[in-house]
Amino acid sequence: MTSLDIVFILVAVVTGGAAVMTVTSRNLVHAALFLGVTLAGIGATFLLLAADFVAMVQVVVYLGAITVLFLFGLMLTRAPIGRETLDSRNRPMAMVVSAALFGILVVLIVRAFGSNQFPATEPISSSVADLGMAIFSTWVFPFEVVSMMLLAALVGAVLLARRQSGDSGTETRVTPIREALDDSTEELDRAPAELGSGGER
Amino acid sequence: MLADYLPVLLLFVVAFGFVAASLGVSALVGPRRPNPSKLSAYECGNEPLAQVKGTRFSVKFYLVAMMFLIFDIETVFVYPWAITTADLGWFGFGQMALFLGLLGVAFVYEIGRGGLTWD
Amino acid sequence: MESTLVSWWSGFWPGLFTALLTFLVFLLTTALLIWAERRIVGLMQDRLGPNRVGPLGVLQTLVDGAKMFFKEDFTPGMVERVLFTVAPMLAVVVSLMTVAVIPVGGEVTMFGQTFTLVTADLAVGVLWLLAMGSLHVYAVFLAGWSSQSPYPLMGAVRATAQMISYEIAQGLAVAAVILYTGSLRVSDIVAFQATDSGLFPGAPNWLFLPLFPAFAVFVVGMVAETQRPPFDLAEAEEELVAGFHTEYSGMRFGMFMLSEFMGVVIQSAIVVTLFFGGPNGPVFGPGWLQGLLPVVWFLAKTSVFIVFFVLLRGAEPRMRYDKLMNLGWKIMIPVALVWVVVQAAILEVDRQWDGWTDGRMPALVGLGIVLLALAVTPMLRRDPTERTEAARSVARDLGPRRLPEKDDPAVQADTTPDTGRGDAPHTPPGPEHDHEEVGV
Repeated sequence: MTSLDIVFILVAVVTGGAAVMTVTSRNLVHAALFLGVTLAGIGATFLLLAADFVAMVQVVVYLGAITVLFLFGLMLTRAPIGRETLDSRNRPMAMVVSAALFGILVVLIVRAFGSNQFPATEPISSSVADLGMAIFSTWVFPFEVVSMMLLAALVGAVLLARRQSGDSGTETRVTPIREALDDSTEELDRAPAELGSGGER
Repeated sequence: MLADYLPVLLLFVVAFGFVAASLGVSALVGPRRPNPSKLSAYECGNEPLAQVKGTRFSVKFYLVAMMFLIFDIETVFVYPWAITTADLGWFGFGQMALFLGLLGVAFVYEIGRGGLTWD
Repeated sequence: MESTLVSWWSGFWPGLFTALLTFLVFLLTTALLIWAERRIVGLMQDRLGPNRVGPLGVLQTLVDGAKMFFKEDFTPGMVERVLFTVAPMLAVVVSLMTVAVIPVGGEVTMFGQTFTLVTADLAVGVLWLLAMGSLHVYAVFLAGWSSQSPYPLMGAVRATAQMISYEIAQGLAVAAVILYTGSLRVSDIVAFQATDSGLFPGAPNWLFLPLFPAFAVFVVGMVAETQRPPFDLAEAEEELVAGFHTEYSGMRFGMFMLSEFMGVVIQSAIVVTLFFGGPNGPVFGPGWLQGLLPVVWFLAKTSVFIVFFVLLRGAEPRMRYDKLMNLGWKIMIPVALVWVVVQAAILEVDRQWDGWTDGRMPALVGLGIVLLALAVTPMLRRDPTERTEAARSVARDLGPRRLPEKDDPAVQADTTPDTGRGDAPHTPPGPEHDHEEVGV
């Protein structure tokens, strides 16, 4: 038992506990926040493995962006964001599926790595420069594929933005003044968005 | 490397101690005189009407979070590249130019379609 | 493995010392900032500001802080109690954690060890700043949501959207710094700026010049990130009362106030560290002075930016939210993005080109951009007496107390000589600029 082991156990317990709370919490915002704690715990685990760049990226991307995205998603929909609780009748089913998945993963990991022993030395420190060299010389193609993936996400965002015109919520039908002159349907579809975009001027 | 983070932990202890002490002392010495007005939501003196329950926000906020995620990932890739580009030369520059170029085109398209126009 | 423990302990006392020092430096600077802001804004609004406690009222913040202990810190009935308390704690703790990587001074010898006056010189120091910035979002969001009240929730969502938007711009501006210095370690970036730039003898290699566009984006971003006027939409009093901390009172409100003002100090410290050489400066004299002078330089440079924040608050009216978001997404992020690529190209050309520039090319390009900006800015400036048609119609409706028309000699004669600013009468220092005083 070294000091590092103690810290690791503490981090692991917190991370695991938060993960359990994420799926059992009956309040959606609480679930998202517990997810945040879980992801932070994983970041701390990376830190304990001496991968400090990955740890920071974990915090910046997962905690800083993805969980915030979830929270904004909850604010956007009619999801219950107040104190009301929710439950699903599919609970037994979900338990069966997750237990099965857990079993499969445990068996897989034990069979694949069970007998491997990593030398118990000081954690090997990897510099950001090494990581950069690896990405930009060995893994060039995957890196460019990532940009394609992000491109797809951006196009998705464009579609999402284009679907709604004006404000969200109940669609207020703004009758364009030009309707009297030209009441083609195309004009009607476009007009509210134009009227709504007051910020552009 | 982990030893670098010990002072960070100490700073955390100092900061947390300061905050906890401030709130603790305030809770001990501060008065406690609740009344119904204090305990209800603040709505400029009106009877609290609105509820958080049904509140919905413009899809723009979600869009901003989505764009933030995409650009965050991009920034995270730019950092290791920025360190190694001196060794990689024009090859590294080309990689990042392609990466940012693809995203830039989509970004310009999005701006052109009014995706980021607030109203 | 136990050797790790030994090395941890050897770093304990310097670590505790630097942690306490960083904590005190930033806390005291924040206290001074609050006083300085009230005095300077007071001057700008033709009033005195706090002037009773201590010389020039400098101890006012201390007294206000002490007073806050005796204020009722009540919890409204509808809130999520745990998160409602966690949020203000998170705000201050995260703010203080941010400064862990910022060197407040140079090397000193104490406890028989020589160490730099920085809490932790992490290998990923710059990313640490970014990571803490993204955690700060949570303090704001949690405060707004846990209040379970409409105004705080709206304020929190606005504030969060604003913070994450400008985080990208700032992150990309920082990428330019990394690109130029080739390191994520803050001490490397500071040491890099101590070298000679070669522009003229003795010119320090401060990065604001070669990276001027990135610097400009960073400065705009830091005002938005701290949600200070003119970018304080998240607590636009007229619309959202006090934004995300509407339901707070007493010490928990005080924590949010502290973290907001500390944000100003922190962002100033970051910009000084990244673009103005941090604690670099001429060092001379006996040993104790050599240890002290870098701290003085650091604080002096930081104060300049703090005063900039204060002047901005006193001078500028609040921006509209859509304009703020458009500025962030349509100007700041594209500029930062393009600049990263341009910067990389410049550096690459500079590395390969063995010509007369001799590594001076980035600085020269930066100088060119600054001169261009100085030349173009006056041309973009609008005539302050020029009014839109809407303003003119308002002016007509107002009758005698109308706004000055450009072609109205009477009004021009009235306003131009004493203020020198034709638009001065339209932007009176409204009560919205005084909101901080209310809670103190």
